[in-house]
Amino acid sequence: MSNVLHVENVTMQFGGVVAVNNLSLDIPEGKIVALIGPNGAGKTTAFNCITGVYQPTSGLVEFMGKPMVRSTPKGKMKKQYKGQNKELYSSQSVIDPNPDHITKLGIARTFQNIRLWKSMTVFENVLIAKHMRAKQNVFSAIFRANAKEEKRMREETMALLQEQGLDKFKDELATSLPYGLQRRLEIARALATNPKLLLLDEPAAGMNPQETQELAEFIKQIRDKYNLTIFLIEHHMDLVMKISDYIYVIDFGSKIAEGVPEEIQNNQRVIDAYLGVADDDE
Amino acid sequence: MTNTLVKKNNTGKYIAIICLALVYILAILLDNFLPATSFTLMLIPVLQKGAIYALLCVSMNLLNGFTGLFSLGQAGFMLIGGYVYAAITIPAAQHDSVYQYFDSAIRFSIPEILSNVIGKGPGTIVGVIISLIIAGLIAALFAFLIGFPVLRLKSDYLAIATLGFAEIIRAVFQWEGLGAITNGSNQLRKYVTLSGMELNFGSFTLELGTLFLFVIVTVCVALVVLLINSSYGRALKAIRDDEIAAEAMGISLFKHKMISFIISSFFAGVGGALLAMFQTTIQANAFKSAMTYEILLMVVIGGIGSISGSCIASFLYIALSEWILRFLDEGSLFGLISVPFFRDGFRKVVFSVVIMIIVLFFSKGIMGDKEISFKGIGGLLTRLKNKKKKTAPAAEAVSEEGEANE
Repeated sequence: MSNVLHVENVTMQFGGVVAVNNLSLDIPEGKIVALIGPNGAGKTTAFNCITGVYQPTSGLVEFMGKPMVRSTPKGKMKKQYKGQNKELYSSQSVIDPNPDHITKLGIARTFQNIRLWKSMTVFENVLIAKHMRAKQNVFSAIFRANAKEEKRMREETMALLQEQGLDKFKDELATSLPYGLQRRLEIARALATNPKLLLLDEPAAGMNPQETQELAEFIKQIRDKYNLTIFLIEHHMDLVMKISDYIYVIDFGSKIAEGVPEEIQNNQRVIDAYLGVADDDE
Repeated sequence: MTNTLVKKNNTGKYIAIICLALVYILAILLDNFLPATSFTLMLIPVLQKGAIYALLCVSMNLLNGFTGLFSLGQAGFMLIGGYVYAAITIPAAQHDSVYQYFDSAIRFSIPEILSNVIGKGPGTIVGVIISLIIAGLIAALFAFLIGFPVLRLKSDYLAIATLGFAEIIRAVFQWEGLGAITNGSNQLRKYVTLSGMELNFGSFTLELGTLFLFVIVTVCVALVVLLINSSYGRALKAIRDDEIAAEAMGISLFKHKMISFIISSFFAGVGGALLAMFQTTIQANAFKSAMTYEILLMVVIGGIGSISGSCIASFLYIALSEWILRFLDEGSLFGLISVPFFRDGFRKVVFSVVIMIIVLFFSKGIMGDKEISFKGIGGLLTRLKNKKKKTAPAAEAVSEEGEANE
């Protein structure tokens, strides 16, 4: 089985703080993989390195077998660098794509604190995500030379909203939806970019057990329906254990464990990281 | 249900066409057939200047209101547009008298060349249109060039950089080294102005100055509206609302900001050229940053993110400042009672207070981010008609009135 995403020795250092330290992980095609860890462990930073929001200080990210992000410490970071493998990629050229390039390659994401476009309706929110793959330029858009394309975008958006059960809210402002539906809309918007890999940043944050239950089913459904691979950050352990095929655990930026849910549940280091280690002196 | 929808659409379209036609007919009447009273002598320039500022406001609104880029370079692009237009429309024979101290580098006039081919009237009009487009394109070219460094900046820094650009352009255009084109710090004149827009029918001359201006402004504003309602316009609004989300959804920030900047500057250039036509002379020193602030003010008064708001506000602002509030400077109230503090400059005091009140208490402006829609007006009319026919009150219809889009 091929890996959709391959992350190798990624380190992200902000000044003297190492937010992600030498992280390596593989995400096989068609699986649901989770990244867990206590607050401030560097999960979202890892996501941001993969999606191009940050350029990692050092490391390599491959998507579908091709290098997508490659970096090596340079400038002031060369002296300050605290991570390992400083010279690993120094002979190779740096690849630093913008987030929109990465989305174009087929990685879509949602955000920890929902980032919908506030002044726009539910329909427009999804429609804009279709803009990236529309076959048109500014002039054909202004002069309506390619009306078919616009019609196709609208139809696809409508179909997607219907599939996600959001069609009855299509003319409402995105921010007027209840919280759970806003999360769902954000996922629908990410799906509109036709991704191969979907990154979900705490999709169950702020949801009650009932909604979390539904979300678990929903994530599995969209994976099967759109042939997705899903990589998610989550704090709800019951959700993670229920749907994940494989789990990575990080703490203080470093990977401390990986494995299938049963292994993680019984891993002493993970339990220590979450509950704290008993002080031996007492 | 679908039937009424179609009806609504059509009434909206008809109303829009009728309104435009009325405005155009009024423009022709004002220029040709109505007697020149003190009223019309005031009304014509106010309408003309209002229309020009409407275009300038819309172009600024595209950048500030729809893309969320706080740019203050408007006066610079207007200056480029105005100068380019003037330089390429001065008749060849007039060059020596205009460029008194320099050896003019451009010795042709596009309207003149075309006049020789297709006759004086139409040749001038077509030539002026081509010159306006060239003026806009050169302004857009400058925008493209300075966009590379400047568009990487955010909010205040972008404003400072673009403001600096406008000031640099103003200085450069007054530099003697470019005198062969810009005439140094002297003004350019004798180019084709609005009064040059006329058609001869035998002994009768049809003045088309105001109509020409209105048609150009309508076309330009319509193009901006088409852009805003297209897929690209939605992407621009997405950037305004949340850059990070827009980028994550595959919208290239730099490319889209550049598109918006270039298009806005194109129309600022055209607007500057129209202003040059209106003023009959043009001098770089007049394009101070105060001009940009004035346009920004109109955009804010009209509502940031509303095209119709910008248009309404510019006509309102120009009418008030150039005409209606004039009496404040003239020492008496309607020529009846003399008021001692009504003297030169008092108009500006009143104006400043009005603006402060607007900014403090009506910060959303006249329209907020809503638009006047002819479709909405049409819908309203049909609903009123239906109400008369059926006495049943349509409570649902009332709730729909608020959403006047497109």
